Amino acid sequence: MKNSLPLVIFILLVILLAVGLQLDPREVPSPYIGKAAPSFDLPRLHENSSTISPKEMKGKVWLLNVWASWCGACRAEHHVLNRLVKNYEIDIVGLNYKDRANDAKQWLKDLGNPYLMVAVDREGLTGIDWGVYGVPETFVIDQQGIIRYKNIGPVSQHDIDDIIMPLIAQLQQDNSL
Amino acid sequence: MKKLMWILLILFSFQVLAAIEIYQFDQPEQEKLYNQMIDELRCLVCQNQNLSASNAALARDLRKQTYQMVIDGQSHAQIVDYMTQRYGDFVLYRPPVKPSTALLWFGPIILLFVGVMVLIATLRKRDKLVDEPLNDDQHQQIKKLLDDGE
Repeated sequence: MKNSLPLVIFILLVILLAVGLQLDPREVPSPYIGKAAPSFDLPRLHENSSTISPKEMKGKVWLLNVWASWCGACRAEHHVLNRLVKNYEIDIVGLNYKDRANDAKQWLKDLGNPYLMVAVDREGLTGIDWGVYGVPETFVIDQQGIIRYKNIGPVSQHDIDDIIMPLIAQLQQDNSL
Repeated sequence: MKKLMWILLILFSFQVLAAIEIYQFDQPEQEKLYNQMIDELRCLVCQNQNLSASNAALARDLRKQTYQMVIDGQSHAQIVDYMTQRYGDFVLYRPPVKPSTALLWFGPIILLFVGVMVLIATLRKRDKLVDEPLNDDQHQQIKKLLDDGE
C-alpha cells in the first residue's frame, strides 16, 4: 500500500497532463456568449450608399461570419458556408474585415457568395467591438440579438453538423414555444 | 565588455523595433498611462506577447485604440473595462482575483505549503531512524570480509 503512492501520483500527473493536452490555449472564450451582440452601422459591400445593422436581423437566428480575401483559412471554410446556405434556410451576414472592396468582390465572384449581405469593416473597429482576434470567426445570434456561440477559425462541416445546426434548430424551436 | 555592449544593444533594439508607431502626447501622464496599458495588455494573436512587444496587425489596432482612449482622457480602469468586455480577462497579463482565477493566484502558495509539509514530515521521519548497533555475529562477518580482501 505504501509503495503505491508514487504510482498514484504518477497516474494523477498523467491525467492532469492529458487534460492539458486536450485544451486549446488559442481558443479564448468569448465574454459575449449569452450577451447582446454589439451593434454596428456599416456600409454594404455591394451598395455603398446603404448600411447594415444587426437590428435588421431581429426575430431571426442568423450567423455573422468575419472574413477577408487575404485570409487563407477563410478560403478553406468558404465552400462549407456555400453548402450551408444551399442546404438550410439560414442567413449569414458577412463582415468583411480590413479588406479592399475590389478584392472582396472578386473573391465572392470567384468562390460564390453565401452571404445575405456583407458589411464592410475597413478599419477593423467593429472587429474589435466583437472581440475578433483571428479571422475567420463565426457567431450564432438568436432572435433577441443574443450571441449564443462563437466559432474561432474556419468552420468545418463537422462543426456545422454537430454544433451549429443543432444549436440553431434548438434556438428556433425555443422561440416557437 | 564589448560583448556586454553588443548584448545590451541587441536587447534594446528589439524594444525600439516593436514600437513602430509614434504617438504624440500632450501630457506626460498620458504617455505614461499609454505605455503602462500596452505593457499590461496581451496580444491575442501571439499570446505570449503584450501589445507593446507584438507586431501583429491586431496588436497595432489595439495600440491605436488604446492611444485614442488615453488622449480622450479615459482612465486605466475604463480602458481595462473596454478590453475585457471584448476579449475577456485573458487580455490582461495581471488577471483579477475572483473564483475562476483562485487556483491561478493561490495555487503556487498551496503547492509551496504542501512541499514544506512533506519536507518537515520527511526530516522528522529521518530523525527517528537510529542506527542499530551491530551484534557480535555481524562484527565477525565484517572482520572476515575485510580480512579476505587483503
